[in-house]
Amino acid sequence: MADVTQLIHEYLRHNKKFPHVFCPGCGHGIVLGSLIRSVHALQLPKDDVVVVAGIGCSGRMAVYVDFNTVHTTHGRALTFATGIKMANPRLKVICVMGDGDALSIGGNHLIHAARRNIGVTALVLNNMIYGMTGGQCSPATPQGNTSMTTPHGSLEQPFDAVELVSAAGANYVARGTSFHANMLDRLITDAIQHPGFSMVEALSPCPTQYGRKNKFRDAVSMYEWLKKNTVKLENRKEDDTRIPIGVFRALDRPGLEDRYAELKASLRAKGRA
Amino acid sequence: MPNMNTRRKRVEVFAQGNEAIAEGALLAGCSFFGGYPITPSTEIMEVMSQRLPPSEDGVFIQMEDEIASMGAIIGASLAGRKAMTATSGPGFSLMQEHIGYACMVEAPLVVVNVMRGGPSTGLPTSPAQGDVQMARWGTHGDHSIIVLSASTVQECLEMTVVAFNMAEKYRTPVILLVDEVTAHTREKITIPYRDELEILSRVTPTVPPEWFKPFAEATRAVPAMAPIGSGYRIHVTGLTHDQMGFPTSRPDEVNEAMKRMFRKIDQFYGDIMMVDEFMTDDAEVAVLAYGSVARSARYAVEQARARGVKAGLLTLKTLFPFPRPAVEKLCRRCKHVLVPEMNMGQISREVKRVNNGYTRVRTLNRVDGQIITPSEILKAIL
Repeated sequence: MADVTQLIHEYLRHNKKFPHVFCPGCGHGIVLGSLIRSVHALQLPKDDVVVVAGIGCSGRMAVYVDFNTVHTTHGRALTFATGIKMANPRLKVICVMGDGDALSIGGNHLIHAARRNIGVTALVLNNMIYGMTGGQCSPATPQGNTSMTTPHGSLEQPFDAVELVSAAGANYVARGTSFHANMLDRLITDAIQHPGFSMVEALSPCPTQYGRKNKFRDAVSMYEWLKKNTVKLENRKEDDTRIPIGVFRALDRPGLEDRYAELKASLRAKGRA
Repeated sequence: MPNMNTRRKRVEVFAQGNEAIAEGALLAGCSFFGGYPITPSTEIMEVMSQRLPPSEDGVFIQMEDEIASMGAIIGASLAGRKAMTATSGPGFSLMQEHIGYACMVEAPLVVVNVMRGGPSTGLPTSPAQGDVQMARWGTHGDHSIIVLSASTVQECLEMTVVAFNMAEKYRTPVILLVDEVTAHTREKITIPYRDELEILSRVTPTVPPEWFKPFAEATRAVPAMAPIGSGYRIHVTGLTHDQMGFPTSRPDEVNEAMKRMFRKIDQFYGDIMMVDEFMTDDAEVAVLAYGSVARSARYAVEQARARGVKAGLLTLKTLFPFPRPAVEKLCRRCKHVLVPEMNMGQISREVKRVNNGYTRVRTLNRVDGQIITPSEILKAIL
């Protein structure tokens, strides 16, 4: 525990804006912990880390961590992150988004960031609901589930962020959960180290909004659900209907910023500067 | 350093307005362009895509849409770059939320809007001046902003440099409004040398990071700005924030922050307000115009003078904050003032507000995608 206390003091803006906004049982704190442990494990200087966040509960993470932090507009965090990374490729840019952020209003930016393969790590905190807005359905809400805006059950099919981002061309795509905290640490560490665009989807329970409306007795039952309904990729059998977790894609193609640097170098060599 | 102007031959080129804007941006030190193509602004982007990658630290990126373009240039600006985007009406509409964000986080950047007929997709290749009030009030919330215009190709270059300077000086987005005629007219321009120009850059902090207040009250009400990655680990948010940059809803802190953001622009009105006066000294009839209309108006004023009518022209180069003193002076003195514009009266509305009953404000409006000709203006003057 001493180690944890040390990390809190080192990486959180402990004199600012606490207590935090996360509800009891919320998975976001665990993901935040993973993010901090990953940065710590990689020994990244705090000045070189930029956390760019969207709007909502996950967006608040940017306030708490003692890095360069930008709290942007709903869904557009990746566009800001793209500008920051291209302006200063030395920076480690981590983009924190919720499922509404990343898959709904920001869906276009997500696929294009993946297509460009820009060296940004996207952390998609998927609680399958709009939490801060009060429990409305999101593009990740499972079909049939109820929410404030799908009182009769959602008719729509949810996005699979992993498949979407893989198809769009990202280098590194993984899924973890806030139940599997150690694994999440590894995934995020891995993602940050990878060149090009990396995305880690973290399934993260929202007991207050999602759980309450979908007959989860308490927060613990939501974590039990995560444990029971997910399966590590390597253990997955063909007819398994559980949600696979693990690393889906890990390529080493150069990121956009590296290709841009190459272009500059070649133009200079040709005397076009 | 000695002034080299006299010994160097100035570079003269035959260029269109859009190319001149790109040239001005590069002279002003723009090293980041993020954009999305849209008629009639696209040539700005095309020139930047040619010129930025070979330059020392130039970054050009074509984003997936205009919302992303604005996001990218705000990010680049926060990371210490002089950044720009260029668009036209429909794209400008999409950018509005992020223009508000840029106002709130006080990110210096330049947005060029080459106006086309509207609303909606309107008339893509025809001139209009319909985005004047949107440039001022397009985003939600109450805010101050600087809006400039240009009426000749040479002015396109010059006003772009001014736009960057003002953006850096006042830490604010600056909108440059051009109309399609100005953007696509080709004429000879002189490209100044960089050392002939006054190029301003944002003030960066000199205090150690632990003393730094990123949104503090400051001289000129413009706080110093630390680029991301420079060792000042600040928080930037579109939420109303305190002097440290953290969200607040305390009325005294909100009030202070909002008032400072207005004050930083309003108190330097004299510096921001740019107008050109032509034969206004003894004018009895004044034409107030901007953009390509000002060129028609100038010819009309000359024609009117030839016929013995004491006409004058006030060309507005700054549209917002509205150049009240210059306009008021003419309203007080002239028998009537005429405001020709390619919209239903977006600047004449400001003129009427400033006029306050001094004289008669006449309007001449065209919204059919056609330019306003000198003879139309002359007829209205006489």
